[in-house]
Amino acid sequence: MKVKCSTIFLFLSPQVHNKRMKYLEAIGKYFIMIWEVFKKPTKWPIMRSLILKEIDELIFGAMGIIIFISFFIGGVVTIQTALNLNSPFLPKSLIGFATRQSVILEFAPTFTSIIMAGKVGSYITSSIGTMRVTEQIDALEVMGVNSLNYLVFPKIIATMMYPFAVAVSMFVGILGGWVAAVFGGYAPSGEFIKGLQMDFDSFHVTYAFIKSIVFAFVIATVPSFHGYYMKGGALEVGKASTTSFVWTSVVIIIVNYVLTQLLLG
Amino acid sequence: MIEVENVHKSFGEHHVLKGISTAFEKGKTNLIIGQSGSGKTVFLKCLLGLFEPDEGQICYNGQYYSELSIKERRNLRQEMGMVFQGSALFDSMTVEGNVMFPLDMFTNQSKSEMQDRVDFVLKRVNLIDAHKKFPAEISGGMQKRVAIARAIVMNPKYLFCDEPNSGLDPKTAILIDNLIHEITQEYDITTVINTHDMNSVMEIGEKIIFLKNGFKEWEGTNKEIFKTDNQAVTDFVYSSELFKKVRQMYIEERN
Repeated sequence: MKVKCSTIFLFLSPQVHNKRMKYLEAIGKYFIMIWEVFKKPTKWPIMRSLILKEIDELIFGAMGIIIFISFFIGGVVTIQTALNLNSPFLPKSLIGFATRQSVILEFAPTFTSIIMAGKVGSYITSSIGTMRVTEQIDALEVMGVNSLNYLVFPKIIATMMYPFAVAVSMFVGILGGWVAAVFGGYAPSGEFIKGLQMDFDSFHVTYAFIKSIVFAFVIATVPSFHGYYMKGGALEVGKASTTSFVWTSVVIIIVNYVLTQLLLG
Repeated sequence: MIEVENVHKSFGEHHVLKGISTAFEKGKTNLIIGQSGSGKTVFLKCLLGLFEPDEGQICYNGQYYSELSIKERRNLRQEMGMVFQGSALFDSMTVEGNVMFPLDMFTNQSKSEMQDRVDFVLKRVNLIDAHKKFPAEISGGMQKRVAIARAIVMNPKYLFCDEPNSGLDPKTAILIDNLIHEITQEYDITTVINTHDMNSVMEIGEKIIFLKNGFKEWEGTNKEIFKTDNQAVTDFVYSSELFKKVRQMYIEERN
């Protein structure tokens, strides 16, 4: 009973109440920011060049790390699956099947998104945060530019190319699995490929792409929010980048659960 | 002309501006001075429309800001040029790109027309060979001149400067002061400068308002500031021995 009372007290304490209000305020501010992003658009010729620049920075700039990680993750999934399939009654093709399912359903869209939250998200937060600190955002506002549209909208559009990166990640992940299976001696190439083709449901790829589009929106907007509304100096830019990574990852994990329940549940 | 009527601004419990009324005339260099925390920057941001006053009105050439629609406010903003304390140049753009930015954003001029205008304003601020350089590659004084060029490229009616010569050596600071003063007279614009620099006060302050604890404590010209008996103003302006001597000499000369 004592424990219960103290828990209730803690729940109702002003500190906890203030913290909860702060989170609610931040959530509200985030949605207002999203609304503002789509108001008063920047001239199309300027916006077009900004979008192309952001595609180069956010998508093509991240391809190297995505390919590298996907290849090795695919390999690890294959090895772990193979090591867990001890029974001689289980066909080796199951290794290919398990690799395909793991990579397409989870590793390519979700794992890659967490990496993108670190790489692209911290870049977005620090670049917008630095613009805030050095009054460049104020300069845009004074000129009459909708700074949120100018800074965030091109990032949202650029990250809509993210399913392309996820598709590459799927391919490279499965390729990594095949290399590990064949050259590691866990399964012959034919069996692995047979597993890859087994009971293929194309909706799983659609599901992965739907997830990746939603994650892309989160990766573009949550770090932008942390950069745009940051206060302070250079130290706070660093802190905002870390906070943005944490929150982007948390939102991705929650959205992943909700979408999986909605689309596959 | 900008007329300010009884402007109040608070942030939570903190009452920053307490009923400021004044007028900034066209073609004159108006200075806002005061100690750190006196409300200068908040006042400047109210004039720029970045903060909305809680009470009172700001009137730009007969137009009350609070009565303008969002579109009219946006159009008014395009008539304003601002030189920020840290220049606030866009890092990712060259000098030329920074100056061309407002033209590119808000006008339908051809590339060659924009280029001509950029060349003209960069020449006006004595920056001829810096077109292709990035802000990080030029000195602080040059950055300030680029910021001035960007602020005047759209032919503004109002020019606002937040401590335009902070962090500059005395010679460059005088150069920047004179440049702003010349541009104000040349283009007949209403210039408002927020400054701590007493050299600027003496040299270009055609109208000076002194803020203390959110109140307008004093207003006058750079000639009148020598004669004032207002203790708060004399304590602030003549805090250094050099300026005390300058004032003494001025008074002796007058007598």
